[in-house]
Order: sequence, then structure tokens, then C-alpha cells
Amino acid sequence: MALIRDLAIQATQMTLVLALAPLLTGFIRKLKARLVRRQGPPLLQPYRDLMRLMKKEVVLADNASWLFRVAPYLIFAATWVAAALVPTFATGLLFSWSADLIAIIALLGSARFFLALAAMDVGTSFGGIGSSREMMIATLAEPAMIMIVFSLALLAGSTQLSSVATYMLSPHVGLRVTLGMALVALIMVAIAENSRIPIDNPATHLELTMVHEAMVLEYSGRHLAVIELAASLKLLLYVSLIACLFLPWGLAPAGSGGLALAIGLASYLGKLALAGGLLALFETAIAKMRVFRAPEFLGAALMLGFLGTLLLFVSRGGLR
Amino acid sequence: MIPTSVELLLECCAALLGLSAFAVPFARRAWATPLVYSACLVVALAAGGLALRHLLMAAPAPDSVVLPLGLPWVGARFRLDALAAVFLVVVNLGAAVASLYALGYGRHEPEPQRVLPFYPVFLAGMNLVVLADDAFSFLVVWEVMSLSSWALVMARHRDADNARAGYVYLLMASFGAICLLLAFGLLAGQEGGYAFDAIRSHPPSPIAAGFVLALAILGAGSKAGLVPLHVWLPLAHPAAPSHVSALMSGVMTKVAIYAFIRIVFDLAGAPAPWWSLVILAMGGATATMGILYALLQNDLKRFLAYSTVENVGIIFIALGLGMAFKAQHMALAAALAVTAALFHVINHSLFKSLLFFGAGAVQGAMGERDMERFGGLIGRMPQTALAFLIGCVAISALPPLNGFVSEWLVFQAILLSPKLDASALKIMIPAVGALLALAAALTAAAFVRAFGITFLGRPRSVAAAEASETDRWSRAAMFACCGLCLAAGVLPGFVIDAIVPAVQSLVGGRMTPQAAQPWLSIVPIAEARSSYNGLLVLGFVAASASLAAFVIHRFGSHAFRRAPAWDCGFPDPSPATQYTAGSFAQPIRRVFGPFVFGVREEVDMPAPGDTRAASIRVVVHDRIWETLYAPIAGGIDYVAGRLNHLQFLTIRRYLSLVFLALVGLLLVLAIWL
Repeated sequence: MALIRDLAIQATQMTLVLALAPLLTGFIRKLKARLVRRQGPPLLQPYRDLMRLMKKEVVLADNASWLFRVAPYLIFAATWVAAALVPTFATGLLFSWSADLIAIIALLGSARFFLALAAMDVGTSFGGIGSSREMMIATLAEPAMIMIVFSLALLAGSTQLSSVATYMLSPHVGLRVTLGMALVALIMVAIAENSRIPIDNPATHLELTMVHEAMVLEYSGRHLAVIELAASLKLLLYVSLIACLFLPWGLAPAGSGGLALAIGLASYLGKLALAGGLLALFETAIAKMRVFRAPEFLGAALMLGFLGTLLLFVSRGGLR
Repeated sequence: MIPTSVELLLECCAALLGLSAFAVPFARRAWATPLVYSACLVVALAAGGLALRHLLMAAPAPDSVVLPLGLPWVGARFRLDALAAVFLVVVNLGAAVASLYALGYGRHEPEPQRVLPFYPVFLAGMNLVVLADDAFSFLVVWEVMSLSSWALVMARHRDADNARAGYVYLLMASFGAICLLLAFGLLAGQEGGYAFDAIRSHPPSPIAAGFVLALAILGAGSKAGLVPLHVWLPLAHPAAPSHVSALMSGVMTKVAIYAFIRIVFDLAGAPAPWWSLVILAMGGATATMGILYALLQNDLKRFLAYSTVENVGIIFIALGLGMAFKAQHMALAAALAVTAALFHVINHSLFKSLLFFGAGAVQGAMGERDMERFGGLIGRMPQTALAFLIGCVAISALPPLNGFVSEWLVFQAILLSPKLDASALKIMIPAVGALLALAAALTAAAFVRAFGITFLGRPRSVAAAEASETDRWSRAAMFACCGLCLAAGVLPGFVIDAIVPAVQSLVGGRMTPQAAQPWLSIVPIAEARSSYNGLLVLGFVAASASLAAFVIHRFGSHAFRRAPAWDCGFPDPSPATQYTAGSFAQPIRRVFGPFVFGVREEVDMPAPGDTRAASIRVVVHDRIWETLYAPIAGGIDYVAGRLNHLQFLTIRRYLSLVFLALVGLLLVLAIWL
């Protein structure tokens, strides 16, 4: 009985992230439009776009290989699994131990690997430019992320997200410089990883600075729908990650009842709205950077993460 | 009497040596190639099976034998213990797949008499290094391994580049052997106990142990490819035929790591704890520098050789952690770190062999190794492309394949290090962790570049447009490696359990039994701390991908149509407009290049209206070569030039020279004693 219940909660989590991801994207778009006094597309527009794309035929470039056709599903699957492993409304889910935070990052790395390859498949210059820039950004964002994981894992004595979130809820935490550094670095990495302003612009096309959009330029129809959905899921994943690590309040602990779960769900929705609002505000207030300034931005994130970790190594006490 | 495992293994080596003697007169015959390689395959499988059986025994006791060869008062001693068994499995697994690959690849060899006699000796040499149990036999078989691989590197010696590669290799191999010779001399002490048993019972003093360790770094490290001793490796590994490249990169570097582990963890006693700092620093530098060099290579096989340098760095990082933990008596943490190192040894031998096989297949189809002339090979060589892709995913440490598991274990070991009680280590270890993460991310970029430029896009040359799939032996070898990579990735618990005896003999601790964990997860310390389940991750990804594909094809559309590429409306028909290997690496070169390689880009852009062509020139400095090796080579050249006139003396002057030398030596003796 308990197993069935756990399975049900795990399945809820998987469908929840899938269902909410386009909504978060739509919410941010709407809010950004309102902030610059435009009407903006309706909140549900991303769902409609996805449905429309899925029903259309795919136009494949003449020399596209099997990799080009398989990659969208792999990208989507890796991102979805990663997103489903991040605690959203409850910790200690049935399969939460099957991959820790390092594995979740690596799963996102797999998704990026295949996206970058798919971009090079047709052999256009846009695909190449997107792919090579994405990998350049990743070479700095990934180590920064690992450094953030190090500082959190050293504090909590675990790389399991559920354990870290439980530790963050416990009274041992207190205010720590390392945590502040990790939060700032994580936000910077999240911005870069999700191709948001100031690193990349999700709303642009035909601009020499684009990265993500350049990679998916040759995709159409259902393939594009799956990739767009994966991109939304990735954004949701990072928001959930920040929320569960730094705003863990309301998370239902393992084996809790219906009320706790309901509170967890409501607080999760609140956190999503808050993060989406802040992101929209930030993006309207800031200009995009030149692509070769991105390394400086990410280098700062890497340094912050590294200093945070170093601080833990040299300081005494508090480590588990 | 039933022969013991070590006797059977020695018989396997003897069979290999006999095979090469047999191959000398008959190598040019058409039937010799399949015969030699299939015999090598059978022997390697048998030897690997013996080693695996020894490893999987409930309580493996070391097996040893003394042959009446070598130094009369020592004999030639050979011993099979758990550590040797792990490395014998790696050696023979690599040898078996390489021989299988060579059954197809070797047919195209223009001069088989330059390969066939040396190949079995090379295999036997690597096996015997791992089995050797006294310093004398160890050094002799080490040299056999070096020289036979040198002969294989020189198989195509008429190419000037290969001849240079062979020369540099020979120099570095001699240097390494001298260092090992001195290390064993120090270990044997004044009594001259060259048997490893004698060395173990009289461990050297901590100061001598420090010198031994430094010499082991130089001797074994130069063979393994530690920066800055790596210079020969990216020259020599690509020059050999591809199955030998795979063996040199995937297996011979591991034999060098075996030598390092044997000397440092087993024989040298307890060197001062700060030596682990040196190992960690060298490992971190090797990992990052290796992959940065790799990113700048356009030669596919040289690229893979530099990536080997990177992976050796990762292994040394794990070994350095193991040393640090062991010195502070943290047996569990040391066991985790050494397990990670040995696991990465196994993993790297698998996927590096696979990648070299793929590169060999591409080279066979294209007739060259320059990536800038490849492109679109996924259409012409779909199976090679799939196998190479799996190798790329594995080496880029992406789940659910095996490379991820070993790097994950290294990260878990790093996370245990704040408990270490040494302030220098506390700064060094997070820095090494950052370097490791950087190297992992750069690896992914490097292999996206290698696979994307080679197999994807449009063909950049006529040869690429007309390439054809490789033979079925080669494909079988590649897919065997793929299967092993996947198996080690989704069922890592069994691999960890299998290497437990070796780890236990080195550091005195062990990881908890992994096969007993629920759902076949791996749990290094405790489940609340960290766990990973490759099987479930693979299952989830596969299920989600097929579910998505099914739902979309069922309820959405499954129609598709071919059309010209979109490329924002202006597709250029010339394949030269694609991204090249050089342009793909340019952003990363810009980020890291100025600092690491002193990269300068000089753009010559004509003024508007001027019709001459624009040009860009990129200057990349190999600073290690320029600051370390070039001065030494220049100095030797200078001294040799000065001494040259000694060759043209008259007989009288020669006689006086000899007399003076004699007097000088006698004086030295008189003052010394």
C-alpha cells in the first residue's frame, strides 16, 4: 500500500513538472510583455504552440541523419528525468536516491551533448556557431555548478537533494557566507544554462549572438515541440532547484500525509510565481552581453563557487 | 599436479612469445595475419579469464613462482595477487578486443612483417610487467614492452613524422627506465634485496621513500603521460597502426599506472604525507592541460592521444586522494578513492580502445587523419558512427555510461576530504576538484567537436563523400567495447565488488559490498549521503524517450518530408561554409588560450574596395615544449657540437686522452675512498 502511494507521488511529480513547465515559460513571457507595457501572448500560449507544432509534419534537411531525428527525444527524456528527480513539493520521493545532484547535472550535460551534436548534423554555419558557443558556455557553467554542489554537499554532508533540502530546513544552518556565494553563483549558472538574458536571448532569431536558438534552427514540427518542451523543463528544473535548496519551506517530508502534500504543492506554486516574476523583472532591466563577455560572467560564478567551497575547507566546525 | 594460475599465465606469455618467433619468417604470407591475431585473441581471452577467476575467488591468496632465470641469487619471480589480477584483466581485455579488431584491420597492413612479429611480444611484455615480482625481471620485461611498442610505432618509419615520434619515444622511454632503475636501486637498499618480498619486509626510510616516489613519478609517469612528461605520447600513439594505438593508449598507460601503484602503495612503505600534494597537483594539471591540448588538435588520433593524457590525470587525482587518505589512516575514504582510480583505469581502457578503433576505421576509409577533411561520415559509416558516439558519451562522463560512474566516485572521494587534517591539502583539494570539473566539461566540448566534425555535417572532401563502412571484425570489436561500457555503466556495483580485494590489499580498507544494495545502486558511504543507480537512470531515460515518441506519433503527427536545409533562408551550397574543427574550438581557445598557450590571433583585413584576400593567422605556443624540452635539446646539441672535434684527433692525441681519463678516474677513486 505504501509502495503504491509512493509510486503515485513519484508519478505526480513527473507529470507535475511536465504540466507546469510551459506554464512557467508562458508566465514569464506574459510578465515581461506587461513590464514593457505590451499586451503579451495569453498565459496558455506555450501549450497551444506545442500542440500546433506536434500536429505539423516535420521538414527534414536533405542530409539530416538518424541522430538528428533521435536527439530530440533523448534531450527531452534526459531533461525530464532530471527535472523529476529535483524535489518540488515533497522530499524523499520513491526514486530520489537513484541519482544525486551530481548525476542530475550530468543528465543535463547529456541533454546538452546531444543538442550540440544535433545542431552540427545538417552542416550549416548557424548550427555550428550555436553548438560551439553552447559548449564554450558549458565549459565554465558546469565546473561552477560542481563547485556549488561541493559547497552545499560539504555543509549538508550529502549530495542527495532530499538530504540537502532537509538539512537546509533544520536549525543547524544559520547564515553562512558560503551559502550566499552559492546562491549567487547558482543564479548566475541558471541564467546561463537556460539561455536567458544577459547570456543569450530566448526571444531572438536571426541575431549573430544567439546560442540556443541557433542550435535548434533546423528543427521543425514535433521535433521542435519536444525540444521547446525540454527547454521549458530545464528552466523549471533550475527554478525548482533554487527553490528546494534555498527556499525549502513548505516541502513535505518523506511519508507525510495529504495536508502536508497540499501545503507543499501550494508553496511550490508560490515559489515558481516568485522566481518567474523576479526573472522577468531582471530580464527587462538588463541588456544582453556580447558573447565573449559571457566567460567573464561565468568565470565570476565559478570563482564564487570555488571561494565558497574553499571557505568551508579552511573554516573549522559545522562540517559533517 | 594442477598448475597454478600464475604458471598458466606464464604459459600464455610463453605462447605469445612463441607466436612472435613463428611470425618472423612467415609474416608476409597472407594466412599469417589472421592466424597471429586469432591466436592472440584466444591467448588473451584465456589469460584474462584466469586473472578474472583469481579476482573473483572468495579469498584470493597470492600465487607465486620462481623461475631459474635472471639474476642467479634472485631468480625470475612472478606473482599473481589481487592488484595484478585487476590489471591483467584490463590488459587482456584490451588485448582481446584489439586482436579481434586487427582480424579485420590488419588485412590492410602494407608491411605485415613490421607489425606481426612485435605485436605478440608487446602483449606478452605488458602481461609480464604486471606479473613480475622482482626488480630485475620487472625492468627487463618493462624494456621488452617499451621496445616492442617502439618497433610497432616505427612500423611506418618512412614517414618523417613517425620517425621523429619513434625517436622522441625512445628517448623518453630510456629516461623513464633509468628513473625506475634508480627507484628499485633505492628500494633494494644496500643488501640488494631485489625480490619484491624482500623489499616489502625492509621498507625504506621515509626520506628514501620520498626519493623513490619522485623517481616513480618520473619513471612510471613518463610512460603514463603525466604533464610535463607527456610529450612523446601524442606523437607516438597516433603513429602506430590503430589497434596498437588503442593498446598503447588504453592499456600500456595503465601498465605504467600499475607500476606507479605497485611502487608507491605497495613497496615504498610510507613516504611523507605531503607527497600526495605533488601527485594531486600533477594530476590536476595533467587533466586540464591534456584536454586543452586535445581541443586544439585537428588530427583525430592525436586528439585521442591527448585525451588519454587527460584521463591519466584523472586517475592520478584519485590516486593522490587515496595517498592522502591513507597517510591519515582514513581507510574507508582511501578505499573509495583507490576504487575510483581502478574503476577509471578499467573504464578508460574500454572507451579509449573503442575510440581508437573508430578512428582507425575512419582513417582506413579516408586514408588520412585530418578532421578538417572529414564530415558527414554518419551517412556512409552508420555503425562506426554509432559505436564512436557511444565511446564519446562514455568518455565525456555522461550518465548512464561508465565514464560517469568513475568520475562520480572521484567527486565523492573529494567530498570526504575536509576531514583531512592538513592545511595545504585543504586548499589543494578543492582546487583540484575545480580542475577536475573543468576537465570534465572541456572533455564534453572536445568530443562534441570530434564527433560533430568527423561524422556530422556535410562531407568536406571527395573521400569523405565516398567513404564506405568498415569490415565486420572491426565493427564486432567496437560493439563489444560498447557493450562493456554500457554494462560497467549500468551495473557498476559488480565492478566495484570485483576490485575490492585489490583495494583492500593497497589501503587496508574496503567499500561496503555494492551488489547487495537494493536495486543494484552504488552507495559509497551511506544512502543518505550519496547514491547512484545507472540501471534506473537508463531505464527512466529509455522509458521517457519511448513514451514521448509513442505519444507524439500516436496523437500528433508522424509525417515528414525532406527539403533543402533552412539555414535562415540562405543556405550556402559549399561545404566549406560549415564550422570546422578550428572554428569550433575558437571560443574555447579565446577563453583559455591566451593564458595557457600564449595564443595570438592576427587578422589581416583589407580595406573596403581592396580585392586581396583577408587572412587570419593563429599563433599557438606549446609552452611546455618551449620552456622545458627545447632548452634541453638545444643544450645537448650545443655540447655535442663542441665535442664533435674529438672525432677527428690523431692517434697520439687519442692515446693521451685515454691516459688522462684513466688518471682522472684513479684520482676520483683515490679522493673518494
